[in-house]
Amino acid sequence: SSWWSHVEMGPPDPILGVTEAFKRDTNSKKMNLGVGAYRDDNGKPYVLSCVRKAEAMIAAKKMDKEYLPIGGLADFTRAAAELALGENSEVIKSGRYVTVQGISGTGSLRIGANFLQRFFKASRDVYLPKPSWGNHTPIFRDAGMQLQAYRYYDPKTCSLDFSGAMDDISKIPEKSIILLHACAHNPTGVDPRQEQWKELAATVKKRNLLVYFDMAYQGFASGDINRDAWAVRHFIEQGINIVLSQSFAKNMGLYGERAGAFTVICSDAEEAKRVESQLKILIRPMYSNPPVNGARIASMILNTPDLRKEWLMEVKGMADRIISMRNQLVSNLKKEGSSHNWQHITDQIGMFCFTGLKPEQVERLIKEFSVYMTKDGRISVAGVSSGNVGYLAHAIHQVTK
Amino acid sequence: MAASIFAAVPRAPPVAVFKLTADFREDGDSRKVNLGVGAYRTDEGQPWVLPVVKKVEQLIANDNSLNHEYLPILGLPEFRANASRIALGDDSPAIKENRMGSVQSLGGTGALRIGAEFLRRWYNGNNNTATPVYVSAPSWENHNSVFMDAGFKDIRTYHYWHAAKRGLDLQGLLNDMENAPEFSIFVLHACAHNPTGTDPSPEQWKQIAAVMKRRSLFPFFDSAYQGFASGSLDKDAWAVRYFVSEGFELFCAQSFSKNFGLYNERVGNLTVVGKDADNVQRVLSQMEKIVRTTWSNPPSQGARIVATTLSSPQLFEEWKGNVKTMADRVLLMRSELRSRLEALGTPGTWNHITEQIGMFSFTGLNPKQVEYMIKEKHIYLLASGRINMCGLTTKNVDYVAKSIHEAVTKIQ
Repeated sequence: SSWWSHVEMGPPDPILGVTEAFKRDTNSKKMNLGVGAYRDDNGKPYVLSCVRKAEAMIAAKKMDKEYLPIGGLADFTRAAAELALGENSEVIKSGRYVTVQGISGTGSLRIGANFLQRFFKASRDVYLPKPSWGNHTPIFRDAGMQLQAYRYYDPKTCSLDFSGAMDDISKIPEKSIILLHACAHNPTGVDPRQEQWKELAATVKKRNLLVYFDMAYQGFASGDINRDAWAVRHFIEQGINIVLSQSFAKNMGLYGERAGAFTVICSDAEEAKRVESQLKILIRPMYSNPPVNGARIASMILNTPDLRKEWLMEVKGMADRIISMRNQLVSNLKKEGSSHNWQHITDQIGMFCFTGLKPEQVERLIKEFSVYMTKDGRISVAGVSSGNVGYLAHAIHQVTK
Repeated sequence: MAASIFAAVPRAPPVAVFKLTADFREDGDSRKVNLGVGAYRTDEGQPWVLPVVKKVEQLIANDNSLNHEYLPILGLPEFRANASRIALGDDSPAIKENRMGSVQSLGGTGALRIGAEFLRRWYNGNNNTATPVYVSAPSWENHNSVFMDAGFKDIRTYHYWHAAKRGLDLQGLLNDMENAPEFSIFVLHACAHNPTGTDPSPEQWKQIAAVMKRRSLFPFFDSAYQGFASGSLDKDAWAVRYFVSEGFELFCAQSFSKNFGLYNERVGNLTVVGKDADNVQRVLSQMEKIVRTTWSNPPSQGARIVATTLSSPQLFEEWKGNVKTMADRVLLMRSELRSRLEALGTPGTWNHITEQIGMFSFTGLNPKQVEYMIKEKHIYLLASGRINMCGLTTKNVDYVAKSIHEAVTKIQ
């Protein structure tokens, strides 16, 4: 008999399930709104021009393939920190931070989770917004932490339940860990306004919580990297020493190259060195040292003025297309004669949109119109194009009228 | 301001082998030699990007149909299948009977970690963190940390290196296996044992397998040097394939860092062999969950290079040639070092230098002699006496031999 007779079949990934069903569908009008990857207006993956240029420059340098340091490519981690915090950040100038390269957003979150499990003895509790990215919970759980939640999304208005969030957060036990999405909340697309961020920062500071920011969409949300990093920078300016996970999967289109970073802001540079040494101790038995390719591309782009300029334009281009699709979806719904209030579609920001559709309505969209999305009514706006936005509006109107 | 939550975080010691390289870099002496980190070097002492890798990278760069989309969680299918085929052999019963699976991982380390995390959750009952894990004495120092961080509470050593004999302590090894609790996990080096360079012979492997079968011990192979050890992929995979043919369920963590020279691309593969397809499918489905919370999906570039190479007969031959080039240079340096030591009349016997296999050699130098080598001769090696043969060149082998001679005669 086998060692593995008792091993249960793992549950199928819900989002992958959507894509599998989509692939099997023979309807020529089918739409895949489950995918969390950017698509151009022809529905195709988009390799950024600045990425191609960076790759050519890298190839021309004919570099070797020697191991990176455990903490990753220094030019990359430095540039990633500056991108998030701003070049003129006092934190950067004083060196009171450490940034290590991580395996995109997931790997960076996991390193941070493991670090907190080992060194943040005050609490095991990580508070996530309700809802949050599906993978947050298993990441922290596998790292040995416990999950709690604070109110965030209001399904009645399809927007932020600010009073609910403030109420819950003001009751979180001191020294707990709170995770915040820096911008373009996944899955709802609902972000606090700057005034609301200010209040959140004040409350979090009063409660003495450890703030863990997850920033996977810097530049991709509003089209402006500084605007998207506003919350992160505001918290730091308020004297909150955050920890931060960054992903370059979406904003540089580097998905499969796994470029990410994890940052800890410390009291001083000496503490940062100690923290860095412990992060390395965590990384080494996980995968020894990180993959070079994505980090080199990102570093080349961030550190080469011309490429950086081009990148800023391209990321704005992606954000603009998403915003335009939101606008067109709403105007098309109006044209269809829908009497519902669809304002949340344009109020929400980033790749995802919580439409407010109920599971039965989602079921009909899939079965009758071959429009695929997750059961919670979340759509990836990246999957919408000028060629199919009319069809989408028509389908949504049919199941909601 | 309140004290920092990290005020009490202690400074961790640096990983020894990387500290060695850092010290080497800062050394201004022109005679310096780095015999520390396990990476291949040419006779000019330079890193070597394999010619076949350069060729394939060009092919990839010119292919406009390729993009940077996410790979599946378990990795690039063409990579996974080919990588496991390399380890198990084209005619493997595990492949023919559809009872093997693969997980693309971040280097050999990543493969070990995914395997360890799975075993901790699902082996020997559920979440049985008390299952003993046996690691050879000595072993790659990261083995301990991988299994510890995966949650295993009882990590032990098994006898391996016989210091007096300067060879394998087979009797000690077999005794440890006889006395190990049933179902214990044993980390086995598939070939080119790190750090000793001492491998069991096929006959000895047969004895090991027999005991493991009788005692229901779990074989977890670490294969980081396939092709690099003897120059032959098949010869270096003999042990793994023998265990498969004996009906074992096993894991094999593979690294393509050394044999493809793809160190920083982090190309690895965890091969899973089970009793039947259904068991393997369920195992993979659970490994997928583990991968999802560790790195979500693996990096694309290195896997593409390996997959392209292994699936083209022409490129595959070219790769084997590149691997043999590396293995042959190492064999040459072994023989050059040994002959010089014997010619110098250096006290002791030095046949172990050529009998050991792979990148490393356990010289037998003690810590004091190692310190002499580093401080006085600017030759950097690990305190265990391990040297990386790839650090030797026709230009420095004389100096290294003379220095070893000095160390052995001056320091006891």
